[in-house]
Amino acid sequence: MTANVMAVEGNTLFNWLLRLGDNTLVLSHRVSEWCGHAPVLEEDIALANTALDLIGQTQMWLGLAGEVEGKGRDADALAYLRDAWDFRNLLLVERPNGDFGHTMMRQFLFDAWQNVLLNRLKDSTDPRVADIAEKAAKEAAYHLDRSRGTVIALGDGTEESHARMQAALDALWDYVGEMFLDDDVDRAIADADVGPLPSSLRDAWDGIVNATLNEATLTRPDSDFAQTGGKTGRHTEDLGYILAEMQFLQRAYPGATW
Amino acid sequence: MYAQMVKTARVGVKPRDEMTEQERAFQDRVDANEKIEPKDWMPDDYRRTLIRQIGQHAHSEVVGQLPEGNWITRAPTLERKAILLAKVQDEAGHGLYLYSAAETLGVSRDELIELLHQGKMKYSSIFNYPTLTWADVGAIGWLVDGAAIMNQVHLQRTSYGPYARAMVRICKEESFHQRQGYDIMMKMAFGTPEQKAMAQDALNRFWYPSLMMFGPPDQDSVHTAQSMAWKIKVATNDELRQKFVDQTVPQIEYLGLTCPDPDIRLNEETGHFDFTPPDWSEFFAVLKGNGPCNKDRLKARITAWEDGAWVREGMLAHARKKAAATAAAE
Ligand SMILES: [Fe+2]
Ligand SMILES: [Fe+2]
Ligand SMILES: [Fe+2]
Repeated sequence: MTANVMAVEGNTLFNWLLRLGDNTLVLSHRVSEWCGHAPVLEEDIALANTALDLIGQTQMWLGLAGEVEGKGRDADALAYLRDAWDFRNLLLVERPNGDFGHTMMRQFLFDAWQNVLLNRLKDSTDPRVADIAEKAAKEAAYHLDRSRGTVIALGDGTEESHARMQAALDALWDYVGEMFLDDDVDRAIADADVGPLPSSLRDAWDGIVNATLNEATLTRPDSDFAQTGGKTGRHTEDLGYILAEMQFLQRAYPGATW
Repeated sequence: MYAQMVKTARVGVKPRDEMTEQERAFQDRVDANEKIEPKDWMPDDYRRTLIRQIGQHAHSEVVGQLPEGNWITRAPTLERKAILLAKVQDEAGHGLYLYSAAETLGVSRDELIELLHQGKMKYSSIFNYPTLTWADVGAIGWLVDGAAIMNQVHLQRTSYGPYARAMVRICKEESFHQRQGYDIMMKMAFGTPEQKAMAQDALNRFWYPSLMMFGPPDQDSVHTAQSMAWKIKVATNDELRQKFVDQTVPQIEYLGLTCPDPDIRLNEETGHFDFTPPDWSEFFAVLKGNGPCNKDRLKARITAWEDGAWVREGMLAHARKKAAATAAAE
């Protein structure tokens, strides 16, 4: 372990890792809701694949979080036995799926952000973080490739698909700002060079998003308003339902192994 | 198996002296275990029967996503969730291979889907049963994928090349599914009393429907003879069913569960298990649309298709625009 990592207080690192793992966990849950219901078979496969990758990343992030916490909780304990206020994911990823366009727009906005973030995390002073980022970055690049292509195709496609994609973008825009918000946890992480300040990701994200929206003939909403709270455990009403479903077996049959 | 009661386009085997020269040459190739390829001449009835069979198989893979997909968001651990996601993803992939195999016979995927939605094509009866507990996910992998493999292992040797090759790819993944399903069953059967009860309940509900997967008894199976002559079918319904029972009973015993058939026992003379046949009136009712989930399953597929229309149209429109722009630039 490097001196820098030592400089981050354990609880801070734990909370920051939860943010990473909860994002992928909750988004995976949402994406997996599509299983068997996608517009074409190829999309069923692609969505299942995305959900699967995100679960793999969750296992790595929450696994490390549990290790850092040092109280014997593993990734499953963290995923299945915390209540909503202990979740640290962005509000964006818990938004309901809506139509396919909505789901893919949410995915694109997230993928663009995750790519920029993971590429920076490869240089983390914490080798465990850098290692996970290295592994996840390949998948994330593939996800971005797909979601970006879908946003462009459907934005450009027909009048109806264009209208639906614009509606999705407008509806999700309130949830973009939270991705770039810095708080004390972020600042401590950035001070130790474990991870970047979220605000420092904005320019690169803007570059990807603006170019994509342009090609998709979509209009970037002219608003800076941001819904926030996910990173500190204040969520939308939706998260409670996600957890009620996801955690059902672990809650109903405590202590069973599966 | 995923194709049940596939109507052969003719009744009874065509006698050799009624065959045209072309038909005789075709049958000789089949008899010599040569593979028939898409560009080869084939009897119309062979083509039509294959389209029905492969189409029904493809539909089964696709509809089969639903009962297990039902538990993805509730899978009890991250690892189980990942395994189930990968499995359901495989099944969708099997659907793709099979639709592609059917397309080589001159029918498009969209046409086949249309027929499914109109109720003119079927999928396996097994997917009209609900998944009520997590143990059902184990039971499906173990019994349903297990029954599917029984049949599909033989179909790797089927006479139609593209179908046989699709089966080779599919079989590898199916045996993986079966092992994972049995692994869930072991965890449940050797787990808490509640888990064991769930495992028993799943076995009780899936036992007879699994036996039905192989189709009606041979004596009532008027289409078997011609399909076997064409090597579209490689073993009879009853042969496969018996093999499945023989393989499964020891697995039930290992789990410490009770087979829901009270009369099941090893016949010392034959070396096979004697068992009670499933209630065939239930089977025919389910095929007709009157199973527990028929309407819900079909509705889910139709809704997905209709709700997705704008996506498919949008993708197509974009592809056309791009192609036009490329052409204009040249
Ligand atoms: Fe399959
Ligand atoms: Fe299957
Ligand atoms: Fe399978």
